[in-house]
Amino acid sequence: MPILEVQGLSKSYRQAGGEVTLAIGSISCRVERSEFVSFVGPSGCGKTTLLMTIAGLLSPSAGRILVNGQEVDGPPRGLVLLFQEYNKSLFAWRTVLGNVRFGLEARGVHAAEAAERARALIELVGLAGFERHYPWELSGGMQQRVAIARALAYEPEVLLMDEPFGSLDALTRLELEDTLLRLWAELKTTIIFITHDIEEAIYLSDRIWLLSRRPSEIVEELPIDFPRPRHQVATRADAGFMALRNTIYRRISNPVAS
Amino acid sequence: MLLLWELGGRAVTEYRLFLPSIIEVMGAGVQLLFSGDVARHFLVTLERFLTGYLIAAALGASLGVALGYFRLLHDLLGTVVELLRPMPSVAIIPVAILMLGIGDAMIVAVTVYASVWPILINTVDGVRHIEGALVDTGRTFGLNRRRILWQIILPAASPYIVTGLRIALSIALILVTTAEMVAGSKGLGFFILDQERSMNSSNMYAGVLIVAVLGYALNRLFVAIEARVMRWQHGMLNREAV
Repeated sequence: MPILEVQGLSKSYRQAGGEVTLAIGSISCRVERSEFVSFVGPSGCGKTTLLMTIAGLLSPSAGRILVNGQEVDGPPRGLVLLFQEYNKSLFAWRTVLGNVRFGLEARGVHAAEAAERARALIELVGLAGFERHYPWELSGGMQQRVAIARALAYEPEVLLMDEPFGSLDALTRLELEDTLLRLWAELKTTIIFITHDIEEAIYLSDRIWLLSRRPSEIVEELPIDFPRPRHQVATRADAGFMALRNTIYRRISNPVAS
Repeated sequence: MLLLWELGGRAVTEYRLFLPSIIEVMGAGVQLLFSGDVARHFLVTLERFLTGYLIAAALGASLGVALGYFRLLHDLLGTVVELLRPMPSVAIIPVAILMLGIGDAMIVAVTVYASVWPILINTVDGVRHIEGALVDTGRTFGLNRRRILWQIILPAASPYIVTGLRIALSIALILVTTAEMVAGSKGLGFFILDQERSMNSSNMYAGVLIVAVLGYALNRLFVAIEARVMRWQHGMLNREAV
């Protein structure tokens, strides 16, 4: 049984003027346990809407979402969504330790154990020594590390990530990609990743789904077979990597513009 | 300023009755403090103030969260709030006397009425300004509505609520003293007016001075508590200012 199954999902919403917009046409896909999959598509193609719907934060207009065979009705226990805007989703009134503890408290871990587990997770994402800092005292990359640690503290079966590295500088971004891959290999959490960065998707994923412009639908599914562990220089230098990047680029870029 | 007062008073001696020497006022103040008479009035005023202010805080914050959170409630009650709020609060003192008499209940009620508005308005604003991502984070972590309220909405709106509480502090003190002047036979407001009517201007000024010191002390206490509770926010604001 796949850990996540999306069946004929469609989502439309009413705009301020009363006009109905179809954000997601019809999307069906399956994700197996411990897979790393990505959705890639042009900006404004409804990627965030798709992820919010899978996370149970929005209800689908049609179709259904199954987690472990159970239909989703509201945010399911095994799923957690990581937002792109770490600066808006972190709790400014809690320290790094407090933020990570939140993920543990949310699933009912006792205080003493929570503090200990939180420290271990903070170390795991490379923030040891920053436990007592507040989010605003940290750089963007470090803040997103806190958000990742907080999400992992909840021990989700599926981690949904909405362009998590989209607002970071290039170097920090590469660092965090590797941190994420290391955590994923260690914890075996299923990851569903959204990005408009084609290379990032190839570098991270087992499979990529290409999304069309709004109303978005899956245009193509691409398996990514580069060996793991991947390497920022070696993997990206692979002849197949660039070829794949170009194929995807042609497929999703606007034919009129190019 | 005190020096100016003293010199001015000496220069125009015919106004001695209205503007006693600062030394006399201080002397009267010290005497009053030891006599226990003013202490009694002081405690009465403090108790009325605290009762009214704390009720206003609880009422304003909880109603504010409800109005900020439930759009329907805001649509229903928003107009009522906007109609009542701009009215000068002292105007309801006669109404309150009519309904509650001239005792503590009236004074506390008037204080609550006047100081609830800034707390209410600011809390509504604070709740409405919360980032959607914060509440969604709570939801994706499986928190129910009650826990989202306590663990996310209240702390996220707390800077606004604190602003409301600070504004309400001085309003509450104003209304307590005013209401005491209009009705009743206890409290610093009554004392000041009573001394003025008995042509005892040194005591009257001493009373004014005591109210001023009370207001100052309450404000300092508030700031001290705020600095502790809202430490996370102070650091953040200082950092942004750099």
